[in-house]
Amino acid sequence: MFEVLQNVTLAPNVHRMVIRAPRIAKARQPGQFVIIHPEAGGERIPLTIGDADPQAGTITLFIQAVGTSTLKIANTPVGGSLRDIAGPLGKATEIDIWGRIACVGGGLGTAVLYPLAKALADAGNEVTTIIGGRSKPFIILADELSAFSDTVLIATEDGSLGRKGFVTHALQELIDDPDKRPAAVFAIGPVPMMRAVAELTRPYGIKTIVSLNPIMIDGTGMCGGCRVKVGDETKFACVDGPEFDGHLVDFGLLIDRLSMYRETEAKILSELPEELREKITKVKR
Amino acid sequence: MKKDLTPKERMAIERVKMPEQDPGRRIGNFEEVNRGLTEELAMREAQRCLLCKSRPCVAGCPVRVRIPEFIAALAVGDLPEAARILLADNTLPAVCGRVCPQETQCEQICVRGAKGDPVAIGYLERFVADWALAHPDKLHGEERPSPTGHKVSIVGSGPAGLTMAGELARKGHAVTLFEALHDTGGVLRYGIPEFRLPKRIVDIEVERLKDLGVEIECNVVVGKTVALDELREEFDAVFIGNGAGLPVMLNIDGENLKGVYSANEYLTRVNLMAAWRDDMPTPIIRGKRVAVIGGGNTAMDAVRTSRRLGAERSIILYRRTEKEMPARIEESHHAKEEGIEFILLAAPLEILGDENGWVKGLLCQRMELGEPDASGRRRPVPIEDDTFVLEVDVVVNAIGTRANPLLTATAPELKLNKWGNIETDENGATNLPGVFAGGDIVRGGATVILAMGDGKSGSKRIGDYLGGEKATYPTRPA
Repeated sequence: MFEVLQNVTLAPNVHRMVIRAPRIAKARQPGQFVIIHPEAGGERIPLTIGDADPQAGTITLFIQAVGTSTLKIANTPVGGSLRDIAGPLGKATEIDIWGRIACVGGGLGTAVLYPLAKALADAGNEVTTIIGGRSKPFIILADELSAFSDTVLIATEDGSLGRKGFVTHALQELIDDPDKRPAAVFAIGPVPMMRAVAELTRPYGIKTIVSLNPIMIDGTGMCGGCRVKVGDETKFACVDGPEFDGHLVDFGLLIDRLSMYRETEAKILSELPEELREKITKVKR
Repeated sequence: MKKDLTPKERMAIERVKMPEQDPGRRIGNFEEVNRGLTEELAMREAQRCLLCKSRPCVAGCPVRVRIPEFIAALAVGDLPEAARILLADNTLPAVCGRVCPQETQCEQICVRGAKGDPVAIGYLERFVADWALAHPDKLHGEERPSPTGHKVSIVGSGPAGLTMAGELARKGHAVTLFEALHDTGGVLRYGIPEFRLPKRIVDIEVERLKDLGVEIECNVVVGKTVALDELREEFDAVFIGNGAGLPVMLNIDGENLKGVYSANEYLTRVNLMAAWRDDMPTPIIRGKRVAVIGGGNTAMDAVRTSRRLGAERSIILYRRTEKEMPARIEESHHAKEEGIEFILLAAPLEILGDENGWVKGLLCQRMELGEPDASGRRRPVPIEDDTFVLEVDVVVNAIGTRANPLLTATAPELKLNKWGNIETDENGATNLPGVFAGGDIVRGGATVILAMGDGKSGSKRIGDYLGGEKATYPTRPA
């Protein structure tokens, strides 16, 4: 059992949780994830590790309640515990010195981006962070990211915080300014956002790394359910990723495979008590 | 009952038939197909054993169960004694009695098989093991050995690891078992379906190991959560039995369509994650027409599962003939009874999809048998221009698995063969002092009982190593 030590709500249905997991805290590197199996008979949910404290033996996770299992995890109170957490899984981010880079986060992707951006800044890169969301309440971690970013740009679809529009608009302006053009872009967020960023940077030949979130079970390469197409090759996101070259990823296939269980998910959702269902659909588009 | 039967009287008894769930009924449930023998049937079958002097069956068993001895005790109704013998030789008898390929092992060389049917050793093993599970109070108590002070870690709680854990714990070594998934058993849990091996059997066998003092920690992915070198520092010896958990892909067009599964994923969803139960959140695509590619036990497990999930047409597609099929005879026999179609001498060419990315068909190539290949089986050769399309909505790939590189990739000094399997000597010792390995990570995809055999023989080697040989090695590799 893995004890929950902190549980803070950052945005509607977005929680930051600190959990005791000494082995994982010791081994974890930025970019890696865990798989949580909250209770007997539940689903196995992959989640990026936001931060870790090897001395305290704790890891920090960011989680958005989008279904029954994630809701259950997010609503675990301080002092409560989660049955199983396995990790750290996947490859760590390759931390290179690029010079000037842009880190682009959308929605909960900003939380996944956070450890990676921090590691890249610590390595000596000059980081411009762009975060986006539907409206002000969905913009998370802006202060935390400012601590090591040279600039933090915010874009909301309704203009309630920062500029009105999408993260790609802000990124386009950076690219157009010769003094600010990034040598590499790290984009993490909803698949359409990552695809838009990759398409934006492609003509400029700017290296673009994305972090993929396909359907996954074991996280150890055993089942192949998380397969994605990268260039001409089929890769398993759990062991070969989760980060890949955004210019080589077949995003269309990823979106398609993510829809495989839509019917089942809708059915499970429809069977939930109304107050829970509302809680989930409120943040879902 | 008459105790001393003459050989002629023994020869006159006909081989018992396993009571089975009716095929029409069982395709609607996940309950066990084989119901097990009654005590009366088991004792009668035991009396068929001639108690011959040559005892070929024992040599045919990878864990060397003293088969004639336990059968002799059973034949006279001394169940506690039969259980004592069986449990001393086999850590997981209730598992072996259900999933071992007896027809190619003990029963194949049974003297009675030369003229008629061999003794149903597997059924008897299952009967005695199940009796022992149901009557723990009547078993001869096991003496807990005094602790040796040696610590051994085991990677993987599948058949190799569980057997190793039992053998070492019975010698007084302190054993810690690490499992990557959230539950124990490895392939016994995620691979073999409930209708062939009820999971409560695995639960009970694991509990028995805990009673022996074995520590079990799930959610530890060795190679990720802890490194092999860390285990080598913390423990006096390490046994790697992490299996062959990497699916071999078909590498044909359409493999990424929705509705295409590796057998590992399909079976894990159903077995470990209980997708067959309506009260579980695990989703699975329940196809109406399902094609399973392959001819091994995994293929049979997958195709019979698809039938139970409601498929109207469940098909095995195999590129050779039934004679070359690696599946146990009982499995293909049960599959046919359940209405599974066998399309033989055919191989997949392409998985066809509809406009929404779902599987709609399987383009197949007819084959014929040519010259024997390295395995001695006749090689399938395509018949030119002879293809056909199967209309299916789910395709399951069960052509095989390979060594999973997750652990070995993080231990570069560990010697591997060209397929990525760990190289060992005949007793399971790797090139690294204090590191041993067995089961599918060494053999490639093999069987439960061979993995258990490795666990048993490897435990003797580890015992020797801990008992003195260790002193002659440097504590850390040079």
